[in-house]
Amino acid sequence: MTRTTAKSWFWRGARDSLPFIFVAGPFGLLFGVLAAEAGLDLTMIFTFSMTVFAGSAQFAALQLLREDAPTLIILASALAVNLRVAMYSASLTPYLGGAPLWQRALAAYFTVDQSYSLSIVKFETEPAMTVPQRMAYFFGTSALIAPLWYTATLVGAVMGSQIPDSWALDFALPIAFLAMIGPMLRTPAHIAAALVSIVVAILAVGIPYNLGLLVAGAAAMMTGAQVELMLKRRGLFS
Amino acid sequence: MTNAGVPFDPATVWTVIIGLALGSFALRFIFIGMVGSRAMPEWVLRHLRYTAVAVLPALVTPLVIWPAATGGVMDTPRMAAAAVTLAVGYLVKNVLAAIFSGAATLYLLLFLLGG
Repeated sequence: MTRTTAKSWFWRGARDSLPFIFVAGPFGLLFGVLAAEAGLDLTMIFTFSMTVFAGSAQFAALQLLREDAPTLIILASALAVNLRVAMYSASLTPYLGGAPLWQRALAAYFTVDQSYSLSIVKFETEPAMTVPQRMAYFFGTSALIAPLWYTATLVGAVMGSQIPDSWALDFALPIAFLAMIGPMLRTPAHIAAALVSIVVAILAVGIPYNLGLLVAGAAAMMTGAQVELMLKRRGLFS
Repeated sequence: MTNAGVPFDPATVWTVIIGLALGSFALRFIFIGMVGSRAMPEWVLRHLRYTAVAVLPALVTPLVIWPAATGGVMDTPRMAAAAVTLAVGYLVKNVLAAIFSGAATLYLLLFLLGG
């Protein structure tokens, strides 16, 4: 019984992830193309996508490799870009923390923007879900996207510099992120957080090594939490 | 594009890949793996609710205002595409619709403005 319902939740996760095919596909392709153009070989590019499995951090690392930045700076900056997955991990913990360790370790690997944003909305709106059902849904959201990500990277790496600049693939990343942000703006607290995030990111652009991103993220999280508290006191937050 | 086509020192690249792989996994594992089912305080959860909406706009903003493809010069098609993507995502609450609207805006304006 549990097994069959878990199975159906897995497929619901996979189905809900379908729109992200149009994100992970071009995005992976783009990483492969840019990495090949920069001079990385196929083994490097494929290992990169398989083991790191984090689009924005991979792009950041690639950019800094091209700029001949010191290795430690590259690692610190790319991990800073990826710090948000630690916050995702913490945010998922109340929902998935009861699962066996090996499942949590596997879930950790698959924690990315797409699996997180789909799952957290599902878990919040369906409080009756059991831990195995949640895990099944979570893995379902990566079942198509992760293999697609690896494949697209490899295809991009093989295509290399043959893609014309007129495709403007460079803007696939911002469009993908912005498309995710729109539906997240559910309450005034979320909107306030997003606005602070944008303003601080602009003001902090001079801070080196991507640290401005962390400053903006922290300021925006505190803003969201404070606005939520304020609205709750007035009975306006549901 | 300064060193396009010139291979990096492979040792540096592998150091970055392995370090990033281990570091990224550690970041993802730290809470879900170590904290497990222990309850987290409400103030932590209240901040975490805003994680995505706090970090992603800060990540995107510089890419929109100073796009790498134009050498960091503000660019009407990309600004417009960003605005349309965000607006459609907010109003329609559909990621795919937002992506298509944004991409259509970008291609249309690049075509019209001869980008």
